[in-house]
Amino acid sequence: MLTGKTALITGGAKGIGRAIALKIAEAHGNVAIVYRGSEKRAEDTKNECIALGVKAQSYQCDVSDFNATKIMVAQIIKDFGNLDILVNNAGITNDKLLIAMKEEDFDSVIATNLKGAFNMTKHVGAYLLKQRKGRIINISSVSGLMGNIGQCNYAAAKAGLIGLTKSTAKEMALRGVTCNAIAPGFIDTDMTKDLKPEIQAEILKLIPLKRLGQPEDIANLCVYLSSEYSNYITGEVIKVDGGLYI
Amino acid sequence: MVFEKVVEILRNYKEEPELEVTMESSFEELELDSLDTVELVMEIEESFDTSIEMDSELKTIGDVVGLIEKAIA
Repeated sequence: MLTGKTALITGGAKGIGRAIALKIAEAHGNVAIVYRGSEKRAEDTKNECIALGVKAQSYQCDVSDFNATKIMVAQIIKDFGNLDILVNNAGITNDKLLIAMKEEDFDSVIATNLKGAFNMTKHVGAYLLKQRKGRIINISSVSGLMGNIGQCNYAAAKAGLIGLTKSTAKEMALRGVTCNAIAPGFIDTDMTKDLKPEIQAEILKLIPLKRLGQPEDIANLCVYLSSEYSNYITGEVIKVDGGLYI
Repeated sequence: MVFEKVVEILRNYKEEPELEVTMESSFEELELDSLDTVELVMEIEESFDTSIEMDSELKTIGDVVGLIEKAIA
């Protein structure tokens, strides 16, 4: 389905990003995996992708660093010879009630989750516009749609990603580049494992499908949005949340 | 010299080797939309290894040439 295409996935070492990398590799797309701290797991993910018969490489980069992302994107285009799909997935949490949240707790989450996506979209977007073809997929969150106690920073960044998605979709549509967002609900990853068991139990009660999502549930949609099957979809936000936010 | 180079980049961009361009030619007359203008200015910047401020005041080829000349002076 994605033969000959190259996808760049930020936060691709683990969790949802890892599942996306593997699903894209399963669909025969090449993958550039960007990670910040998880070097070992990025290597593992890369090797699993290679075992699926595609070209894969990992790159260490802090997506909140404008110049570092510029240099890295140029390197990826050089290494792979093409670039077709950008998945802005890198994200961190630093949950606290607003009243207890320090300025740096807010800033760091915005820097990685929102500005990081801007940095990547700017540098990769310039290439995709020239190519007159490309896909940008932003991993937002149901938190950004409905808000969440203790996540004013994360929810603001994820809601911001939706604005970024819609503006990018409008600006780039004339050049054949689409941009969509996926809003996952509670997905079974390291990020949600940090939640206390009683909170997890409370959350399950709110999900009509009565289970946490799996990273593959997000990855499947990401492959679809990367493929020719979604040619006429842009500026869309699609929830994958088991019905949590209806 | 800046003007000749800009014209060359523009002709390549539009894939029209005979395109008539003067300092007064506007982006609108050249049928370049705002994204074309940004792409073109980026290519010009790269070619001259400099950067210029992209704002709404950029309307003609002469505007771009003027800013490049100032930037590399």
